[in-house]
Amino acid sequence: MFPPIPNPDLKAATKFGEKDLIRRSASRVAEPAQKLTPMAKLIDVSKCIGCKACQSACLEWNDLREPVGFNDGTYNNPPDLTPTSLTVMKFTEWVNPETRNLEWLIRKDGCMHCADPGCLKACPAPGAIVQYSNGIVDFVHENCIGCGYCVKGCPFNIPRISKADSKAYKCTLCSDRVSVGQGPACAKACPTQAIVFGTKDEMKQWADGRIKDLKSRGYKNAGLYDPPGVGGTHVMYVLHHADQPEIYAGLPRDPRISPLVEIWKGVAKYAGLAVMGAFAVFGVLHHAVMGPNRVTREDESAAKQLTETQS
Amino acid sequence: MSADEMRADEAKPGESVHRGDPVVVDRYTAGARINHWITAACLILLAISGMALFHPSLFGLTALFGGGQATRAIHPWIGVVLFFSFSGLFLRFWRLNLWKGADTTWLARLNKVLGNRDHEDPDLVEIGKYNAGQKMVFWGMTLLILTLIGSGLVIWDEYFASYTTITQKRLAVLLHAGAAVAIICIWIVHVYAAIWVRGTISAMTKGQVTGGWAWRHHRKWLRELVTGGPRPAE
Ligand code: SF4
Ligand code: SF4
Ligand code: SF4
Repeated sequence: MFPPIPNPDLKAATKFGEKDLIRRSASRVAEPAQKLTPMAKLIDVSKCIGCKACQSACLEWNDLREPVGFNDGTYNNPPDLTPTSLTVMKFTEWVNPETRNLEWLIRKDGCMHCADPGCLKACPAPGAIVQYSNGIVDFVHENCIGCGYCVKGCPFNIPRISKADSKAYKCTLCSDRVSVGQGPACAKACPTQAIVFGTKDEMKQWADGRIKDLKSRGYKNAGLYDPPGVGGTHVMYVLHHADQPEIYAGLPRDPRISPLVEIWKGVAKYAGLAVMGAFAVFGVLHHAVMGPNRVTREDESAAKQLTETQS
Repeated sequence: MSADEMRADEAKPGESVHRGDPVVVDRYTAGARINHWITAACLILLAISGMALFHPSLFGLTALFGGGQATRAIHPWIGVVLFFSFSGLFLRFWRLNLWKGADTTWLARLNKVLGNRDHEDPDLVEIGKYNAGQKMVFWGMTLLILTLIGSGLVIWDEYFASYTTITQKRLAVLLHAGAAVAIICIWIVHVYAAIWVRGTISAMTKGQVTGGWAWRHHRKWLRELVTGGPRPAE
């Protein structure tokens, strides 16, 4: 068993503040003097029984109500993430071609808390998305303008824009709980400890043990999902078939920020301003050197002559 | 018809020559001018609100529109107004902006034009209602506005989020930004040309220019107005 996170003494707790930010959307931040320990949530897909206790706990803790929807013929309910369902269990029925066995793959979908978050990179609103030095990527709704740029930036298709208030929503990794020393609500609620939470190092160690166990039981491709393309993530998965993450409801094999987004948020910004500036400067210089193009007295009299000869 | 008006205005409203000193030439109808200024206002508002979301250092411009949320909400609607307003201009002017052989000549001698020496070159003197530079502004704007409205609809998440994939939206957002930069550059050229070539702005404020201006910059057009020449097919 992974030792559960004890409930801390709330009197001593402090909230994350500006001093803990390592990234802030559309802004520069000073390197924090003291960094928090990187934290991570580990989701062991091989242990998950699909009870959705985490999903309910998330709704409860965040005081969200998912409106009654439609059954799409699967156990996915709701079928996908929504502004009110920050995490959703994705059920995949997969026939293992080697063993011919039906395997039920259940992945808890939600924000991965990327070390290099595409959502934050794309966001144009200062401070609408922040990243704490412990790795948690959080949305600050007061600053969100509802543009949906984060949706385009995210390699995991996570943020959802609410129709009610036009703001972006996603899993916060329970930053409000973590900041006072508690674990995420979903991890606390998980009856099988398929979700555990701790420092990233602890979680990797824990995953190692789990992977050894899975390998010993015949899952030779068991492994940890901590994709380097986004600098690693602060939500990691133990997968029994880590060689093919796609079979887990389309978990990307090699996620990274789309090159289109990199161009848009990188070179395009500077080149765009530079080109516009260059045109304006050309105008000013041209006028300074060449002077205005004025109509002369001769032009006026030529026009007069032309009209008069025609009458 | 009054004696000091030439007969050409029968063929085309808003284009007639008034004799006098100086000669005054009607260039744009009131309708065309209103249409132009609505388009201009939209373009400027779009540029400001768009740039606010384009570069973080310009985000402060959202204050002019009542904050970030309001800017995000209003920008696409201004785009819709611009689209219809520009469509009006397009219908008014597209025929006169068709490319002619003489336009290629004009373009090849752009250095003379920019050097204020076009009046020394007989090939550059006989210009119709629009020169090649103006035509390029017109077609550039047309093409870019189509690009902007098309890509803009793709990223107008409030109404159209579910119609396209995220990859399509990423492409659209990049295209939108590129086209916006290009159209702002064209706009700078357009405004600068109007300032540099003195006597131009009155065409869009009063609808009229002096005969001398028409003689100097659009002599073929002036001749045709005076003689009631082959218009509007040019
Ligand atoms: S998974 Fe998406 S929303 Fe979550 S941090 Fe990464 S880029 Fe942002
Ligand atoms: S929707 Fe909100 S969080 Fe997402 S990019 Fe726009 S301002 Fe940022
Ligand atoms: S970490 Fe918190 S917000 Fe995220 S899925 Fe778990 S309970 Fe929901």
